[in-house]
Amino acid sequence: MNRTLGQRILVALPYLWLLVLFLAPFLIVLKISLSDLAVSRPPYTPQFDLSGGWAGVKDFFAKLDFENYTFLAEDSLYINAYLSSLKIAGISTIITLLIGYSIAYALARSPRRWRPTLVMLVILPFWTSFLIRVYAWIGILKTEGLLNQLLLNIGVIAEPLTILNTNTAVYIGIVYSYLPFMVLPIYATLEKMDESLLEAAADLGSSRLAAFFLVTLPLSMPGILAGCFLVFIPAIGEFVIPDLLGGSDTLMIGKTLWVEFFSNRDWPLASAVAILLLLLLIVPIVLFQRQQMKQEIGT
Amino acid sequence: MTLPFAPWADPASEPLIELRNVTKRFGVFEAVKDLSLKIYEREFFAILGPSGCGKTTLMRMLAGFETPNAGEILLGGTDLTPIPPAKRPVNMMFQSYALFPHLTVEKNIAFGLKREGTPSDEIADRVVDIMRLVQLTDFAHRKPDQLSGGQRQRVALARALVKRPKLLLLDEPLGALDKKLRQETQFELMGIQESLGTTFVIVTHDQEEAMTVSSRIAVMRDGELAQVSTPTDLYERPDTRFVADFIGEVTILEGRVTTASRGGVGLAVLEGAEDLRVVTDATPPSGTTAWLALRPEKVSISRAKPEADNAVSGKVLDIAYLGNISTYHVELANGSIIKAQESNRARSDRRDITWEDAVWVAWEEDAGVLLLA
Ligand SMILES: Nc1ncnc2c1ncn2[C@@H]1O[C@H](COP(=O)(O)OP(=O)(O)OP(=O)(O)O)[C@@H](O)[C@H]1O
Ligand SMILES: [Mg+2]
Repeated sequence: MNRTLGQRILVALPYLWLLVLFLAPFLIVLKISLSDLAVSRPPYTPQFDLSGGWAGVKDFFAKLDFENYTFLAEDSLYINAYLSSLKIAGISTIITLLIGYSIAYALARSPRRWRPTLVMLVILPFWTSFLIRVYAWIGILKTEGLLNQLLLNIGVIAEPLTILNTNTAVYIGIVYSYLPFMVLPIYATLEKMDESLLEAAADLGSSRLAAFFLVTLPLSMPGILAGCFLVFIPAIGEFVIPDLLGGSDTLMIGKTLWVEFFSNRDWPLASAVAILLLLLLIVPIVLFQRQQMKQEIGT
Repeated sequence: MTLPFAPWADPASEPLIELRNVTKRFGVFEAVKDLSLKIYEREFFAILGPSGCGKTTLMRMLAGFETPNAGEILLGGTDLTPIPPAKRPVNMMFQSYALFPHLTVEKNIAFGLKREGTPSDEIADRVVDIMRLVQLTDFAHRKPDQLSGGQRQRVALARALVKRPKLLLLDEPLGALDKKLRQETQFELMGIQESLGTTFVIVTHDQEEAMTVSSRIAVMRDGELAQVSTPTDLYERPDTRFVADFIGEVTILEGRVTTASRGGVGLAVLEGAEDLRVVTDATPPSGTTAWLALRPEKVSISRAKPEADNAVSGKVLDIAYLGNISTYHVELANGSIIKAQESNRARSDRRDITWEDAVWVAWEEDAGVLLLA
């Protein structure tokens, strides 16, 4: 197929975009992760310098090594941080799924004329900055915060609960923040489901509960998968929520990365953490894309 | 000689389904009004009527998706009203088929049997049998979206049939099929119904379809039954102008009853012309307004005045050529139009009748039906 120059440029543009804005920074971070810590500006060595000629370039590559990665593998802190991130993201995803599915189900069963308004309400929080909303949770969850005052006043508890700066607060924060990403794809699949399928199931002898598990749930699976990936992937690398709501013992890789980068100013190690995080995320992302492909071929 | 199948004519036979004064309202709107009906075992019962007359509503009440506001529905003598759809020995084939898109043909068909807790080897046998019956064996492992419209329709039918319901409801089951496939499937349906002995209730828009498949037809109008009869009776002896007009082609002439003698009446339709003679059992007092319903195929057309009980002259207004037959629209002196049908065998005396010709249309006194409503 012969393409005009204009068409070639059009096709090349997104690749160019990816090259400049994704691949180049990735290579820079990869390079830093292979460097050594140094008291300099920027704080690592070797620095890429063409003035040394071919010998300089060879020397530069000779100085790169996997020291940082070996260090990460040896220090259990990092492995624990990765595992703990997976665990927190996994549990949050399951909680978000349970709550999100109920909300999406209720939305899809609500009177048609109410639906646009209700969907608006689900996405309304996006109109406020994410950071501010997470801050607001501090006000709600702290010892003398709104939640404790409410519970004390109605007499459910005698002593204020310690929620802020625990993993519980992190779960609350993640579930709250990512809920819309779960609700919307599930709602989309439930909403387009033909209601006569449920009547057919009833007609063929299934109870409402059986019809839910045999018909509604399998048919909403694409939405469930999309929602889970949309929550799980960003939750693994989440930094703001564990930093603001979590405690000193809340271990998440995003937070570790931040500490290495800004507190310890160990850019090479921080870069190695980032590269490993990326590799960790690639697995679910590839799975997600394959699922999407399958769905497109299916329909 | 075997007796014709006509349980409705036998006062001793018990109906399978009986609706007693059933009313269904949506808000203030009455979709079904005080409707009473008996359907007998092994019947192929058709419900026919214009759009919005309440056919689907009636079916949904039988299946249990709608609850009547008044009246009761009995199945084999027991009240169905408190029984939820899942527990009724009634299955419905949906107008939209409502096949489960995530299940294969085989699993769609087995769905209902699994819910009943039928043993799995029996399920397998029954599914295989029914798939053979509706010729779906080759498609057992396909998903619904990999099937043609006609194949999907057969899956829906098989899925409802395999449960061996006492009553099978079909809501416009063949609406999506082209004419040829529809006719084939109609015969398939009749074959299946005969071999399984299930009672079928079919809703259709298509009066030809209803005439072809059914033992009896109910014509509905605005939530009420206009007439319930065999196809022949409905066609030859409609009760009202609505039914006569709804089933097949018809000419309806309005007139005044002049003489009522034994077995027939005279009907004044045209000023100054002879009264029309109509055979009827009714004895309306003279002076009543009445209508004569005439089927076009019972009316002949000719240039010369024929020897017949009734003959009127007119002018050819239009000719509809349908290949095997032609329908002539003949305008009478008073402006009303009579349709006459002739088959197109090479009969030159009729074939040369053309537009604007002065002609005679004629029919026997027992050809038409006298209607009082
Ligand atoms: N759920 C409902 N709420 C309000 N009105 C309804 C509802 N279902 C049906 N109707 C009304 O009841 C009447 C009968 O509807 P129904 O679906 O039984 O018609 P139908 O005879 O099956 O028509 P068609 O041949 O077009 O399918 C219609 O006027 C329809 O608008
Ligand atoms: Mg309908």
